[in-house]
Amino acid sequence: MGIEKAAVKLDTDVLIIGGGPAGAWAAWSAASHGARTVLVDKGYLGTSGATAPGGTNFLYVPPNQEKREQAVEDRLEGGGYLSEAPWIHRLMEQAYQNIELLEQWGYRFPLDGNGNLFKAHLQGPEYMQIMRKVVLKAGVRILDQCPAQELLTDEHGVGGARGINRLDGNVWEVRANAVVIATGGCAFLSKGLGCNVQTGDGLLMAAELGADLSGMEFSRQYATTAAFGTITRNRMLGWATFYDEEGHVLHEGGPRESDFMAKQLLKGPVYAVLNHADTEEKRRILRLSTPVWFLPFDRAGIDPFTQRFPLTMRYEGTIRGTGGLRLVGHDCSTTVAGLFAAGDAASREKTAGARSGGGAYNASWAIASGTWSGKGAADYALAQGKEARVRQLRLAGAYGLERNAQSAETIDTKAIVEQVQREVFPLDINYFRSEPVLEASLKRLHSLWPAVKGSVPKTIQGRVRARETAAMVATARWMYTAALARKETRGMHGLREYPELNPALSHRLLLSGIEHIAIRPEQVPSRTYDVIPPVIVKEAARL
Amino acid sequence: MIELVSAERCISCNLCVKVCPTNVFDSGEDGIPIIARQEDCQTCFMCEAYCPADALFVAHHADLTVEVDEEELIAKGLLGSWRAAIGFGSNGKVSMASYDTTPILRTIRPARSAAEQ
Repeated sequence: MGIEKAAVKLDTDVLIIGGGPAGAWAAWSAASHGARTVLVDKGYLGTSGATAPGGTNFLYVPPNQEKREQAVEDRLEGGGYLSEAPWIHRLMEQAYQNIELLEQWGYRFPLDGNGNLFKAHLQGPEYMQIMRKVVLKAGVRILDQCPAQELLTDEHGVGGARGINRLDGNVWEVRANAVVIATGGCAFLSKGLGCNVQTGDGLLMAAELGADLSGMEFSRQYATTAAFGTITRNRMLGWATFYDEEGHVLHEGGPRESDFMAKQLLKGPVYAVLNHADTEEKRRILRLSTPVWFLPFDRAGIDPFTQRFPLTMRYEGTIRGTGGLRLVGHDCSTTVAGLFAAGDAASREKTAGARSGGGAYNASWAIASGTWSGKGAADYALAQGKEARVRQLRLAGAYGLERNAQSAETIDTKAIVEQVQREVFPLDINYFRSEPVLEASLKRLHSLWPAVKGSVPKTIQGRVRARETAAMVATARWMYTAALARKETRGMHGLREYPELNPALSHRLLLSGIEHIAIRPEQVPSRTYDVIPPVIVKEAARL
Repeated sequence: MIELVSAERCISCNLCVKVCPTNVFDSGEDGIPIIARQEDCQTCFMCEAYCPADALFVAHHADLTVEVDEEELIAKGLLGSWRAAIGFGSNGKVSMASYDTTPILRTIRPARSAAEQ
């Protein structure tokens, strides 16, 4: 099959792929550093991604040297000694500065008990509505509903991307000397809140250009939700009593041991009731802190403070994991010239290490890595001698694309996605990891791989889903390949056969390749007290 | 999942088609968007938040369809309730962010149970 003609062709300096927080900050940063910038998103900048529908905690530490040193020490240990102090310091400073900007841009932070503005938690809908305005005001052209399907390349590196408009089916192409992958992680369509946009597309696109991945074994993360619902904001369950099917109390209020929910759910159904919010005032506070959590209950006609509801765990994959595209520079560059990564599409090991520790680290990382990669991409693009439109670029996509179909058999996307889900969702495969079980699962995943080289369904959604399917199979294979190679328990990863942290394995695991996956260690740089300055954006838009 | 596009209320702005992050809606020939791919709905409630006519309803269940009755939803005040809670369309009179009680959550945490101390 020949190459389809692109109905929409744009030339720019920087292309941002992804319109969640990381992509939005990257676009704002690139445009504010003088680059013509286009942002494409599979959905809509404002609703896309895991942040937009709900609330998110941020790592927000005001500039107090002692507090920040303590936060760094805590994280180095909590992250299994795979993170780097200078990166954590810079993360805190960048997030702090940018959250101050959010206040200037009109985000209405609440007051804490002492009458000071509290800036360590943001409500997603308002946060992302502001980010859309800021990005537009910075002069960025946004293409909503335009999933990127493959990157463009030549011998000098990346040169843009091509994709499809989901609303009209038109093929679009954006040529740019620098590209930021901000497509999020991959949660395999688990329906965790806002997580179904993120299917690993950016990981696959970048890997097709030869980019490395890192930390894919740190992907053992689930969130507890009401069994019928999607709201992955677990903190409300701190006020719960948990029961088994017969009504026996399993746990009464307050913190639970880390494996509590997974262990109980393997035994049978678990129910909860928020009976520790035992006054009207407490109930009011819980509701106003996390309104989205209560939304499905109100609609189901269940009072979660007095009525028991069933629980489940939804898989959060590499979104709340820490693995992703390997970064090699302070500007979030990858090993591919012109290609940068931000947010959950990037490995967060430099700041978070082997455990993300809830949303806070990842949410601040989206802000910081977006800002760094946007500047990095702008600087890179503006330093190039010739514009991308005059380069001899070719399409780099290899899998789940009609052009490259190796058989006439149509890819059965629904069946393949369900098979991948059967490998990555079950607690007794992916949560309680063990060598023989993971080995058998990885073998099944490898055997699925040839199926993504088939013919692509003709519909717009079929074309998009075929590519997503390829990305999900690839991501699952990367995850389990890395998990089997890390023969120890560290951060969020564990193997039953190796229940302890092994100091000899205090390195990262780099993956490369798609068809054949190669794995090699990368030493974590030894502790330094270097200071990496934050990116100061003078042109910050004021609304 | 999304269960209702109220033809009565819809103003045919097609904003839901544009903002849905998982491409659930198609534009309808009569101007009323169609729920074309309900199974792709991720139950994120964002379409409701953006609908200026309070014409959409996302039910609580992520995996099963739920029968809804428009009159009943209106009677219970559920149509448009999420948009109202966020404050979208209120010209700044309402802001979910400004009411956020996260800073005082820790003051009402339950005590640890005896077994864990």
